[in-house]
Amino acid sequence: MSDQIVFLLQLVITGVAVGAVYSLMALGFVLIYKASTVVNFGPGELVLFGAYVAWATILNMKLHLAIALPLTLVVAILLGLVIERGVLRPLIGEPIIAVIMVTFGFASVVRGVLNMTWGSDTRPFPALFSSQPFHLGPVPVSPVHLWSFVTVMVLLAGFSLFFKFSLLGTAMRATADNQQVAQSLGVSVKGIFALSWCIATVVSALGGIILGSVRGGVDFSLADYGLKVFPVVILGGLDSVTGVIVGGVIIGVLENLAGGYLDPVFGGGVKEVAPFVVLVLILMVRPYGLFGKRDVERV
Amino acid sequence: MQSGDFRVTYASDERIFETRLPIVGVVALLAALAFVPLIAGTYWLDVLNRIGIAIIGAIGLNILVGFTGQISIGHAAFLAVGAYSTAILETKAGLPFWLAIPLAAAVTSLFGLVFGVPALRLKGLYLAIATLAAHFITTYGIIHWERMTNGVLGFNVAPAMVFGLPLDSDARIFYLIFALVVPAVFFAKNLFRTRVGRAFIAVRDRDVAASVIGVSLYRYKLLAFVISSFYAGVAGGLMAHHSRIVFPDAFSLLVAIDYLAMIIIGGMGSIIGSIYGAVFMTLLPEVLKLSATSLTGVYPNAFGLIASVRDIVFGLAIIFFLMYEPQGLARIWLRFRSYWKLWPYAY
Repeated sequence: MSDQIVFLLQLVITGVAVGAVYSLMALGFVLIYKASTVVNFGPGELVLFGAYVAWATILNMKLHLAIALPLTLVVAILLGLVIERGVLRPLIGEPIIAVIMVTFGFASVVRGVLNMTWGSDTRPFPALFSSQPFHLGPVPVSPVHLWSFVTVMVLLAGFSLFFKFSLLGTAMRATADNQQVAQSLGVSVKGIFALSWCIATVVSALGGIILGSVRGGVDFSLADYGLKVFPVVILGGLDSVTGVIVGGVIIGVLENLAGGYLDPVFGGGVKEVAPFVVLVLILMVRPYGLFGKRDVERV
Repeated sequence: MQSGDFRVTYASDERIFETRLPIVGVVALLAALAFVPLIAGTYWLDVLNRIGIAIIGAIGLNILVGFTGQISIGHAAFLAVGAYSTAILETKAGLPFWLAIPLAAAVTSLFGLVFGVPALRLKGLYLAIATLAAHFITTYGIIHWERMTNGVLGFNVAPAMVFGLPLDSDARIFYLIFALVVPAVFFAKNLFRTRVGRAFIAVRDRDVAASVIGVSLYRYKLLAFVISSFYAGVAGGLMAHHSRIVFPDAFSLLVAIDYLAMIIIGGMGSIIGSIYGAVFMTLLPEVLKLSATSLTGVYPNAFGLIASVRDIVFGLAIIFFLMYEPQGLARIWLRFRSYWKLWPYAY
């Protein structure tokens, strides 16, 4: 196989792996939006939070991985509860600008607290997966990418089953569908709001951990990955879980192809901006995305 | 004795000043400002200059978000276009500042017009996400159009010259900034006594109803973007002349959030609120810095924590105001004033 095809395949594989992580982070975003029509403008900070807590428990407190990871997730759940209870519940029914700004507000608090506790230096992150690349045919694949992809797919499959078959998952879907009807059938809508925030902080934390181990270090630039959630959810549709998976992978691949082929031509940076160009284009032609409901606010 | 608000004519409802005392107050304040550079030290002059620039920028954003209801997370991009256009027009085209700043503001308005096109199809959170994306695209353009912008390095701006006198000190640039702040405030204040301003408010309150009574949504939404970005262009041009260096990092997403916080904390849909918000947000880090300096004796690490404490206080302030005083400092001031106006017979 020629070098060019290998290069292309490599870009696609990396893109799929990174895109899977985007899907994971976007899942939290979409769940919150479906349950409570709140748009979280601080997804990056949730990712940071998970990555830093994981770093602190694994490397700083030297806990075993089997204790450190669950501990991180428990802390993430607590953060989700605090945000939902303390910040968003009082603002139910307020204008959209208030809800948007309050998510900026708590994102700023989270960033400040992380910076104050652990500083802004780059922290080495433990490699959770081996780094010896293996060959899939002629294409070298790094196990980090493969394992992060597998982890994300297992998680997403788990969440799909949870939404489909568990009582709580059904209650979440019911709330997303119609809050009043769900409430009249005995679903605690407030509880569902809290649950969606907890799931969001947990998946963001997992995303942070995976990204941290892929990059081998944690610093505040991880938050930029969180912002990729916006192109993913707009492409997939703001209220679609299927859209999240498809959108994440497409954005991941697209970003890497843009980085591989356009960056040398335009002198770098295309990789970072390409998802946002796609976002604007999608908003102009199909604002509800690939799988979203068509009741988008149009003028 | 006055016991409440009784406005029986449109003229009295439209009045900017309800009594004569505030007019005297404003004139006295302006007169006092003229003497500030003679007595204030460079530190406070620098703070005042930044407040002045923030006032212009915040009024611009408030016209768009607070009065017209179009959520924009792209204000930093407007400021950047204003600052870069000023710098490019002066250093590359050799224009004097009094031509470069208005031209740069015009360029920014044009840019705002393009920015505003998504607003014709989208509103609410979709518009917010679109402007967020537009911010990143603009930043990319600025960093990578190197022939024009010098990329990440940015460039230096020569001081503005007035009759052969370089405005190279905080005291001198102070006059330029406040000479623009005053008309900016008065224009905005009067804008909302005109058809255009009322159309903006109608679009914000209920766009369908506005279009039914003959307000062209297309026209007024775009106009709001144009006016708002004109203000941002002026503020950006002043930034270029105040810091005399223009580089991309000065216009990050955090700047856009800062400006949104100004209008939330000051008061959405209030001109005076934009001023309060600009003052609050500019003074906040300074107050933290001063208290850190006084704390270094007790706690030597205090200075290193400023950045994170600022983030925390900033976030908490936004959350606090949204929960307990959504109309911001402007509303607090109104309540305070009406309490004393009727004292001791409130209620």
